[in-house]
Amino acid sequence: MPRYAMAIDTRKCVGCNDCVAACKTENNIPLGYTRDWITEEVHGAFPTLQLEIRSERCNHCDDPPCVSCCPTGASHIHDRGGVVLVDHDKCIGCKACIAACPYNARYVHPDGYVDKCTFCIHRVEEGLDPACVAVCPTHCMHFGDLDDPESDVSRLLASRPFHALIPEAGTKPCIFYLT
Amino acid sequence: MPLTELTISRHNPLVDPSLHIWEWQIAVYLFLGGLVAGLMIIAGVRLIAIRPNQREALVCCTIGPIAGLVFLSLGMFTLFLDLAHKMHVWRLYTTFQITSPMSWGSWILLLVYPALTANALAHLPEAIPALARRFPVTLAWSDFILRREWLVVAIGLANMIVGIALGIYTGILLGTLGARPLWNSALLGPLFLFSGLSTAAATLHGILMITTPDKERPAFADFLLSSLARLVEAHPLDTRVGPVLAGADNSFLTIEAAILCLFLIGHATSTEVHRQAASLLLGGPYTAVFWIFVIGTGIVVPLILQTLELTRRIRHTLAPAVLVILGGLALRFILVYAGQQSHWFEALNR
Repeated sequence: MPRYAMAIDTRKCVGCNDCVAACKTENNIPLGYTRDWITEEVHGAFPTLQLEIRSERCNHCDDPPCVSCCPTGASHIHDRGGVVLVDHDKCIGCKACIAACPYNARYVHPDGYVDKCTFCIHRVEEGLDPACVAVCPTHCMHFGDLDDPESDVSRLLASRPFHALIPEAGTKPCIFYLT
Repeated sequence: MPLTELTISRHNPLVDPSLHIWEWQIAVYLFLGGLVAGLMIIAGVRLIAIRPNQREALVCCTIGPIAGLVFLSLGMFTLFLDLAHKMHVWRLYTTFQITSPMSWGSWILLLVYPALTANALAHLPEAIPALARRFPVTLAWSDFILRREWLVVAIGLANMIVGIALGIYTGILLGTLGARPLWNSALLGPLFLFSGLSTAAATLHGILMITTPDKERPAFADFLLSSLARLVEAHPLDTRVGPVLAGADNSFLTIEAAILCLFLIGHATSTEVHRQAASLLLGGPYTAVFWIFVIGTGIVVPLILQTLELTRRIRHTLAPAVLVILGGLALRFILVYAGQQSHWFEALNR
């Protein structure tokens, strides 16, 4: 059973928003909404400031609070790859999952249900990379199986320093930022 | 001084620039849920403790449950208004998700209706004879319940247990959402339970005050009330229960204040994100409204007024009841809005 994850090289990401545009096109995201986005983080003390640019989205956590709080089972972990998905037909739009997500990765679709990144599972099941990974012009995004030691993601995580977002929240996120 | 500055290109409605997915509908629902929970617990206790011909209990175990059914329906309606995918609401009742407080709550809400209805029916013909004459079946139901002592005890216990579950659930619902540090406390359950009990005691006290003949009441209000009483041929409620309700309300308010104190101490002595969350109420944008409307006019002033009433220094009035009810409503509004403002990213970023 694979465990899908993403490793994003923050030394290569230039924040071009290609991943955002690809996601919107691939998944027909309505105008004014987004499943992924760019975060620029500046930290340090002047003049020794550091800039990190990150492409962010749902972290497809191993212990997702959005799934455990869902009253109808609409938010669920997909059988293949541990991807966190929302069954639109079961969703009642109570928004508890949005409140439970420390990454603010979900939103209410204009049609009423809650929506989020799916790791483009429809593409992955056909052997393709998620749209955001496929279009990245700097090849900073890597998608693969965390349980396969030969996958790109596993090899990068074994050889490079990395961090996840808000590990203190205890959700065990599956998107890693290489530094 | 090191700085951390985040620039996020995300722009999702209701999420950015700060979370505001839950608004007045949820605050009102949490308030009404707590109020109904309090009415159930008081009704259950009084139903078991009542003695034959002890009319003073009618406000607690008949009028309270009837009001509770109305408040619960209103609360469920506001909850429905909040749903974004309204036509799929029936999905709540096709499953039970053991880890979801909202799933627990939706099933608990279904238990509230029969429990409150049974409690109201027990003494309904005695409280509103006109209704019993028009619907004789209520007389039969009342007789059926009152002739079986075990059933009276069972209904009373059911009201207490379901009431406690409902009151605590409204707090647990927010408390389990760890992504919002202000809500992330197990004390929210007991806080909402005792706040619900205090607003319920205040509501019953208020009903007593309104229905008691009063020469100082404006003539129009007196006309409306007497017309309503004539219409249903309701028995006048015994005002002797007033001091009991005021005393109980004082106890609930004192416990609520102690839990609020522990809640703030817990956050203020916890991690950085929890300290930042507590600062919303202790020096942040919600400080003034919290201390004025929840602590000040919602707890301290009614405590003083009711103590003066109980020591017979002033007469019983509607004022403390109204203040307690508004305080309970303000508590839910402030916690719902401030909780959404508290966040891991923002706290770490400061």
